[in-house]
Amino acid sequence: MRALLSLTMMLAASQLAAQSHDDHQHQTSPEQHDPHAGHDMAEPAKPASPGPAMETPPPPAAGSGPPRAADAIWGAEAMRASRKELRRTHGDFPVFWFQGDRLEAQVREGADVYLWDIQGYYGGPTTRLWFKSEGEGTFGSAPEDAEVQALYAKAFAPFWDVQAGIRHDIAGPDTTHAVIGVQGLTPYMFEIDAALFLSHRGDLTARIEGEIDQRITQRLILQPRIEANLSAQDIAPLGIGAGLDQIEIGARLRYEIAREFAPYIGIEQSWRTGRSADFVRARGEDPSTTSFVVGLRFWF
Amino acid sequence: MALPVLSRRRLMLGAGAASAFAAMPAWAQGHSVHRQRGGAPIKAGFDEVGGPVIDLAVGHGPRVVQGRKGHGIAVNGSVPGPLVRLQEGQDVQLNVTNNLGQDTSIHWHGLLLPFHMDGVPGISFPGIRPGQTFTYEFPVRQAGTYWYHSHSGLQEQQGHYGPLIIDPAGDEPAEYDREYILLLSEFTPLSPHFIMDRLRKGEGYFNYQQTSWTDDYPLTAEERQMWGEMRMPATDIADVTGSTYTYLANGRGPKEGLEFLFRPGERIRLRIINGSAMTFFNIRIPGLPMTVIAADGQNVRPVEVDEFQIGTAETYDVIITPGTTDAYAIIAECMDRSGMALAMLASRPGARAPVPALRKPPLLDMGDMGMNHGDMGDEGAHGMAGMKMRDTLLLPPDVKIGPGIDMVSMAPVDKLGDPGLGLRDVDHRVLNYRMLSALEPNRDTRNPSRLLELHLTGNMERYMWSFDGRMYSAVSDVPIRFAWNERVRVKLVNNTMMAHPIHLHGMFFELVNGETSAHQPRKNVVIVQPGASAQFDITANEPGDWAFHCHLLYHMHGGMMQTVTVMGPGEGE
Repeated sequence: MRALLSLTMMLAASQLAAQSHDDHQHQTSPEQHDPHAGHDMAEPAKPASPGPAMETPPPPAAGSGPPRAADAIWGAEAMRASRKELRRTHGDFPVFWFQGDRLEAQVREGADVYLWDIQGYYGGPTTRLWFKSEGEGTFGSAPEDAEVQALYAKAFAPFWDVQAGIRHDIAGPDTTHAVIGVQGLTPYMFEIDAALFLSHRGDLTARIEGEIDQRITQRLILQPRIEANLSAQDIAPLGIGAGLDQIEIGARLRYEIAREFAPYIGIEQSWRTGRSADFVRARGEDPSTTSFVVGLRFWF
Repeated sequence: MALPVLSRRRLMLGAGAASAFAAMPAWAQGHSVHRQRGGAPIKAGFDEVGGPVIDLAVGHGPRVVQGRKGHGIAVNGSVPGPLVRLQEGQDVQLNVTNNLGQDTSIHWHGLLLPFHMDGVPGISFPGIRPGQTFTYEFPVRQAGTYWYHSHSGLQEQQGHYGPLIIDPAGDEPAEYDREYILLLSEFTPLSPHFIMDRLRKGEGYFNYQQTSWTDDYPLTAEERQMWGEMRMPATDIADVTGSTYTYLANGRGPKEGLEFLFRPGERIRLRIINGSAMTFFNIRIPGLPMTVIAADGQNVRPVEVDEFQIGTAETYDVIITPGTTDAYAIIAECMDRSGMALAMLASRPGARAPVPALRKPPLLDMGDMGMNHGDMGDEGAHGMAGMKMRDTLLLPPDVKIGPGIDMVSMAPVDKLGDPGLGLRDVDHRVLNYRMLSALEPNRDTRNPSRLLELHLTGNMERYMWSFDGRMYSAVSDVPIRFAWNERVRVKLVNNTMMAHPIHLHGMFFELVNGETSAHQPRKNVVIVQPGASAQFDITANEPGDWAFHCHLLYHMHGGMMQTVTVMGPGEGE
């Protein structure tokens, strides 16, 4: 018995050594590398063992219906909670996101301005409830311009959501708007938020915002930003003229102390244009404003 | 017959009383020390348990790794949990007591057992409630290197895992003098729920190796522009990185000095287990070749290499023969090279080998996007411009097209010969799946009677992951079905730019890697390379419901999971 055992072990060992030698020889053969082609594999493809090449449906013997094998052992009732938990936590579960995209002071000629621009959502990866709010005012006084939005969002493309809901202006004349818009990411990584607003007075306006992150280092990020406001008609009480009402171009340089917490400095130039510029001049103000900004971007 | 095995084990625990084990005070095996909330501090390293009845207790407590503090979940008070050492042919009873305030479970990764003992709450059993003791009972039908881990929530990330070794009923085919277990994992002070939350919200949250104006990646302006155009990062190698992880070898960080003692000329079997939640490791021992003798617990024909990639949840056994050098470093570099786990082979306590610096992070290339046209080699970025990154017409009709799919591989080819990201251009011998060949011939060598094609799909921005465009939450009642004893070829097509370690519970499959069907290597995890395909053959002879999923923990929770239902004899006809 013992002799037999040691014999088999010796055989196995010699087999091991032979194999190892063979494979060594095989492996050290020169390899062709083509780093650009994406198929630079160390080993050439060997023919696969025989098998079907076209997909076919399972045979009737594979059965049908939901997987319930465990019910037969533990009971359907005992399995119910864990099945639900598994479904609830693997895939479509909700998260809550809140972002202060721009919380800043704008230093400009004349009175300095504070500004907020926040947004967030609650929901799964393709269906979300959004809220947005932005506004601004002169330091020491109430906001001159402020709004909140509540939106329902549904993904319609990998990088795009369509959003619909209402907007309420909480500064200035009391106005409620119906909102329809899209938010997402264009090729070259521009983040876009574009929406149409129809006020309860029947005024149609639109806003397009675009931002792009340019990483200078892993934590220092330059973010050019552009925003355009448009109107389909003159809205005299608000000082808005038909056409391109306002355009803002800015750049913010932020430092991500953490991904969620990034103070920034920047510069922004804003123009009122066309009829809107006339309204502004009529009030004795300058339709062109240059601001230095300092602020904080955060999210959780 | 079992004598040689036993003597090897004595060697390991006796002469091999390296600091890994010696540092562990002997404490009552299997007894719960975590009745109270908070529990005792969790220890690093593991004890051994064995025999016909094994008691395991799952508790929680504070955990410190290299001075970083966190909260952990531990089996029998240590991370990793105790080595469960079994003997092929024995019957085992494992009593698992839950001392947590939440449900728990243990899944025996890679074991052939009745499906209701597999330990997946919601598929194989209801889970283990707080305060409850659940008894797993099954015959041990195999030998090799395996592991166990929680399949409840995100507990695996918190430390709920351990090694499981089964000694063969007969002889080991490989000869060796001593063995060590090297279980690789990660530590983070963050809650795993926080990690999942951040992955869903902030793309690239953990990646501090992204392209920037000041990086030194070998990318042309054109290539950078192309990646931007596609809204994809070339640096998306790992979702969770060394920015939060400390990589662990047997529960110890690289500065905590895990040491395996050796005598020059000894043959050492290293049983390497990737028990991480999210990490692929590239493993090498500078100055020492490794002979791979087993993959996922199953013996393969010995093959000598200098480095290999181990995907999440894979196991490899290698034989090494250290020479007269004082010490050798076992380097387990994570795939994106943001950190490493480290162990030292030492000829005397305290001997140390130099540790090479982390290599440069790899980048994804066109092949990883599924562009594998042979003639594309020299076209560079120009060839990309007109290409459609998401031509859904290329997908079969059973794939659900929607926002959950951000990319479709244009020409996915079989890449079982790919050594893995970061190892394609190293100048030494690297393992790939085509080099694996089953040592003992497979029992079932029938030609498969049908092909099942599954597409791995995802959306990185939304952090959705799925099979055939449907997350688990949408297909929890729609299993992948196999008839009893059906022989099926399964083709996995990766339409994402990440490598996915796909794991099937309860059965081994055989990689269609060019070997004859008798020697196709048996595995339970297969890495499907980005933009590539992989095929395996399976004999559906383990009836019941089984989990089938990507073993990257947050990909599984992101939806890349489905139930596999195997009918029993006489069922479904």
